[in-house]
Amino acid sequence: MKNKYSLTHLEELEYESIYVMREVAAQFERPVLLFSGGKDSIVMTHLAVKAFWPGKMPFPLLHIDTGHNFEETMIYRDNLVKKLGVQLIVGSVQESIDTGRVVEETGVTASRNILQTTTLLDTIEKYKFDAAMGGGRRDEEKARAKERFFSHRDEFGQWDPKNQRPELWNIFNGRKNIGEHFRVFPISNWTEMDVWQYILKEQIELPEIYFTHQREVFNRDGVWMAKAPFMMLKENEFYETRMVRCRTIGDVSCTGLTLSTANSLEEIIQEIAATRITERGGRADDMRSEAAMEDRKKEGYF
Amino acid sequence: MSEFSTKGYLDMELLRFTTAGSVDDGKSTLIGRLLYDSKSIFEDQLEAVKRASIRRGNEHIDLALVTDGLRAEREQGITIDVAYRYFATPKRKFIIADTPGHIQYTRNMVTGASTANAAIILIDARNGVTEQTSRHSYIASLLQIPHVIICINKMDLVEYKKEVFEDIKRKYSDFSKNLKLREITFVPISALYGDNVVEPSANMPWYTGGTLLHVLENIEIGHDHNISDHRFPVQYVIRPMSDEFHDYRGYGGRVAGGVFREGDRVTVLPSMISSKIKSIDIYNGKLSEAYPPMSVTFTLEDDIDISRGDMLVKEDNLPQITQDIEVMMCWMNEKPLQINGKYALKHTTRDVRCIIQEVKYKVNVNTLEHITDDKTVKLNDIACVKMRTTKPLFVDPYEVNRRTGSLIIIDEATNNTVGVGMVTSNDLFNGK
Repeated sequence: MKNKYSLTHLEELEYESIYVMREVAAQFERPVLLFSGGKDSIVMTHLAVKAFWPGKMPFPLLHIDTGHNFEETMIYRDNLVKKLGVQLIVGSVQESIDTGRVVEETGVTASRNILQTTTLLDTIEKYKFDAAMGGGRRDEEKARAKERFFSHRDEFGQWDPKNQRPELWNIFNGRKNIGEHFRVFPISNWTEMDVWQYILKEQIELPEIYFTHQREVFNRDGVWMAKAPFMMLKENEFYETRMVRCRTIGDVSCTGLTLSTANSLEEIIQEIAATRITERGGRADDMRSEAAMEDRKKEGYF
Repeated sequence: MSEFSTKGYLDMELLRFTTAGSVDDGKSTLIGRLLYDSKSIFEDQLEAVKRASIRRGNEHIDLALVTDGLRAEREQGITIDVAYRYFATPKRKFIIADTPGHIQYTRNMVTGASTANAAIILIDARNGVTEQTSRHSYIASLLQIPHVIICINKMDLVEYKKEVFEDIKRKYSDFSKNLKLREITFVPISALYGDNVVEPSANMPWYTGGTLLHVLENIEIGHDHNISDHRFPVQYVIRPMSDEFHDYRGYGGRVAGGVFREGDRVTVLPSMISSKIKSIDIYNGKLSEAYPPMSVTFTLEDDIDISRGDMLVKEDNLPQITQDIEVMMCWMNEKPLQINGKYALKHTTRDVRCIIQEVKYKVNVNTLEHITDDKTVKLNDIACVKMRTTKPLFVDPYEVNRRTGSLIIIDEATNNTVGVGMVTSNDLFNGK
């Protein structure tokens, strides 16, 4: 049934993302790729390698480090950077706290998630980055469904959802004034399923925590969280050992774990196909209010 | 294996479609229904919609709330911008560009239509073809969306009568003769109750065509790109300067038209120098051919000076190389188009400046009449505009190639995209 000159959806998405990344490299002087160690940023890095081969990707990776990481993510990050021979820049939330740029949340549900925004904007300013590529996808969350590929930010790093630039065909307008920057989302059109299928198709290596493993966890409001020195238990919460894996990776304080025995990419894909909860359903940061993501994005969040 | 078997999924195609209709047409309900019945709404999303429905005092779950995006919209109860939704069936993956249908939002409809393979236009069965239908159809025609699906909605309110459907179908077919729509399909539905959306309707046994989802799954999309006229806008020059690839010089870009093959003789615009394609490179490998919309890297036999904004074509099939361009322009900004005004212009990978010379006419999108006595082009207006560029562009008429026939206009003071243009087939050869 398929036409000789048609593409599969994964091919079409890959070609679109490569086009966007090349457009970033051509239109901006100091682009950077935001790298969290999560699967989306790993796929982004893979796409960047493909887009500029046999040359190296013409931008560094930037990790905004909350200090509350899964150890496996950090090992993976350092190995990847070594393998690709690219520059890694780390923006430290701990440093932002130490220098008084932000104040740490207190209480049992404290998270450094929101604090990342300040560290990110400070790092962008320090290195004079004019385009920060992120792995945000429109299927993740309602506010992201309206995000452009090229998203303009004012000199305060803010997003104005009501005053976005029109974006038609594949013509991207990256013009800006001094001090402003762009957030660019090359995998806007990918869904969670697309990402996993692509990882399988391309045989991309992932941090081990995406696969099932035994871990000490506790249940908070129906969401499984990992035991860590900086996580405090509420009354009635207790540690137990379970077989879990991550469906998405943020920092430890806001990453919900999935009870799972999936040990291979094929098993993960089967599991996702059968799931009836969105991947951000396990993200404590989004549950704070109906418009939590929109509010954070306006201020300059990823 | 489940229906999302890994093998099957790797073989799926992608269909991008746009939906146009106002709040009253039940557009949001239709999308909600499509997502709900195709099991693309997750439990936590459905829970959020249920909570919101109860809070608003609705009796039923309001599926329209599924597609509600930003806080401002939730407060006003209307969609104000383009929102993208995703769902997949075992056959295809779909991207919906969901746009509002109010007249003041022509710019959003145009935006959603620019990347679509198909358009769903909703008609209220009680009202038939209205000004709004005209407006949506005109935009689908102007943006050259290859497939148009007319959903005659709210059939439940006209007792599912065949005559109502047939009458609207006939009137629409008459009206659309004035447009350049390529393929039209009619489906009678009730988005509220799900008739003919995903499941066939027991209330309309007289309708023997496919459900809306069936139509979306089976539209032939392989021919939507131009594969006859060779166009490769150079996007980025790749020069590794590494030991292994010391003399490598590759031209990265996305094929905008035609099928390029290794060994093909190509001509570089604007220099008109010819060479042969030495290789079509992708990561760690080579391809024998490349076609739209593939992102590849070409290397050439000869060492010639090529940079971003140049275009590789075939000598016997050139685009128009011109500084005088006529476009159908949709104006996207509160500040009107300035005649004799200068703007930045982006076309494929080329950046130039332009001066607006003349507004030939504006189009009344409700009646399709040409307006010649008022030539002020304001937000949401569509007009035929002539301009001159500082450097030549390599263009094709938009109806021949959506990529090489489209451009955007930028206000140099604000850097905002203020207008978008589709190259007309008129006057291209006069050159003046």
